[in-house]
Amino acid sequence: MTLMQKLLGATTALALSAGAALAEPGLIIDLGGKFDKSFNESAYNGAQRWVKDTGGDYIETELSSEAQREQTMRRMAERGANPIIVLGFANASTLEKVAPDYPDTKFAIVDMVVDQPNVQSIVFAEHEGSYLVGMLAAMASKTGTVSFVGGMDVPLIRKFACGYAQGAKAANPDITVIQNMTGTTPAAWNDPVKGAELTKAQISQGSDVVFAAAGGTGVGVLQAAADEGVYSIGVDSNQNYMHPGSVLTSMTKRVDNAVYTVFNTAADGELPTGINALGLENNGVGYAVDENNKDLITPEMTAAVEEAKEKIIAGEIEVHDYTTDDSCPVM
Amino acid sequence: MELITIIQILDSTVRLATPLLLACLAGLFSERAGIFDIGLEAKMLAAAFFSAAVAAMTGSVWLGLMAGIAASLVFALIHGIASITFRGDQLISGVALNFLASGMTVLIARDWFNEGGRTPALIDGGRFQEITLPFANALADVPVLGPIYSELLSGHTVLVYVAFLAVPATWYILFRTRFGLRLRAVGENPGAVDTAGISVVRLRYSAVLIAGLLCGLAGAYLATGLAAGFVKDMTAGRGYIALAALIFAKWRPWYAMGACLLFGLLDAIGNRYQSLELLGLPIPTQFMQALPYILTVVILAGFVGKAIPPRAGGQAYVKER
Repeated sequence: MTLMQKLLGATTALALSAGAALAEPGLIIDLGGKFDKSFNESAYNGAQRWVKDTGGDYIETELSSEAQREQTMRRMAERGANPIIVLGFANASTLEKVAPDYPDTKFAIVDMVVDQPNVQSIVFAEHEGSYLVGMLAAMASKTGTVSFVGGMDVPLIRKFACGYAQGAKAANPDITVIQNMTGTTPAAWNDPVKGAELTKAQISQGSDVVFAAAGGTGVGVLQAAADEGVYSIGVDSNQNYMHPGSVLTSMTKRVDNAVYTVFNTAADGELPTGINALGLENNGVGYAVDENNKDLITPEMTAAVEEAKEKIIAGEIEVHDYTTDDSCPVM
Repeated sequence: MELITIIQILDSTVRLATPLLLACLAGLFSERAGIFDIGLEAKMLAAAFFSAAVAAMTGSVWLGLMAGIAASLVFALIHGIASITFRGDQLISGVALNFLASGMTVLIARDWFNEGGRTPALIDGGRFQEITLPFANALADVPVLGPIYSELLSGHTVLVYVAFLAVPATWYILFRTRFGLRLRAVGENPGAVDTAGISVVRLRYSAVLIAGLLCGLAGAYLATGLAAGFVKDMTAGRGYIALAALIFAKWRPWYAMGACLLFGLLDAIGNRYQSLELLGLPIPTQFMQALPYILTVVILAGFVGKAIPPRAGGQAYVKER
């Protein structure tokens, strides 16, 4: 079996290299590891899907400490990987320095803009995806109050919160949106106890749908919502399976699609550089419906959200992006 | 403010104060015996991880609790060996244990569960369930007292009641038993205890191990009572807040309960209101979060009273020079 696979792999790899004569793409998994249930795992899944679909091969390394960023990036470039994908905003300053030294190698960075001639910057329209789940939250709420639990208080998380609030108000202008941030230090990403406590406080203020954009803290939010019998909304990856029947939906950020596309376009030829904005129109963000939550989303809800989605894509609805002016019109 | 809101905030206070209280009492035992323990955080974290891991694997929260306590005891023992037997610096040993716990738990979690340093979410048997006290539902409709009984006192996990019972127990052990007298003496003047023919080393070890037991309960409560599973660094500084509470309480059990409840209350209010208006002045939630530390500094500066640590605290005992 394994021998067979190897043989098959070898022949396809041979065929590919004969056809395109291109270097293998590289993926640097960021801190947190490739099974983090969220950001990195999504990227890894995208790469695996590409391998399965095209039979191609790629080089992968995993960072184990902050100090390895530059070394790992350089080594990847010197091994001849092209293009190289790095994940997360923390890589921006390193890539700024490394990219000019390898002008023939193309890089792609997720979640941050790096202005170099050989870098593609992939940014997601989190506010648009949050808008849609905000609408779903408002429509699913019976109490007229929905809430948001953020991780560390940074502009990116406020972008989620602001989009969510706008969506909720669009579906129900009278709705109350409660917003809490877990903290102001990186510890806020890993405090499920505080997340659960914030959720319980929000529930006692009447909230019956809680959206968590809080990394590991979100685990506690989803758990508390399930314990108290209210709805929650997951983030980044599809987290509907974590508490079937309680997780209303998940605001998905398709890092896997981004990785898949970069690998694919690179295999076809040149990787375009500059800013690559992924939003609703190209399924960069969205909301997840699967067998775990299909009974929670009514046809009316789907219709309303799909309509809003079309309008956002067409430009008829403009969702305010918190990071453009550091303020939110509805909060 | 409505009664029910106040009760909800107090209910949250009790939940948030419980891990602090257990850790604070742990620190109390250890420091009263003259062993500074900055590694409360480490013991709680190790206990949180092993309780969640074992509960996830066996499905039994009680086995998880045992594993958590065992892990915490091992850490306590390391601290004891370093600072009692080998007379190392107690602060350095504690700091080292904090780093060890933070790295080790994630490493083992990755290896065992492949979930990026987490344990799987615990299902019902793997968590402590809330206990409904007798007649809680029947009395819920009684005005004022009903909700206080059914909401505030009832409906916590067993470890909450254990934590609050540990306060009078600690007071009794420390101030009404021979063991307690000797334990306090060993923290004030170990030479005198030794002269009386009592082993300083054995007393200090037992204090450190009691601290390990209590931290084990605190960690298990975090991972299997409040949350449902372990997440990297989930203690989030509670061990240090407990130390602050210990100083705030001037190393006394009842005051420790008061300090932990106060810190829990500040936390609960901060969770409930992102910004608070007091006499027309907006108070940001960050201020509420910082308040425990500010209060401790105020105490240490001597404004509210003098906090005098046990006199032999932080010093290894050397029998003869």
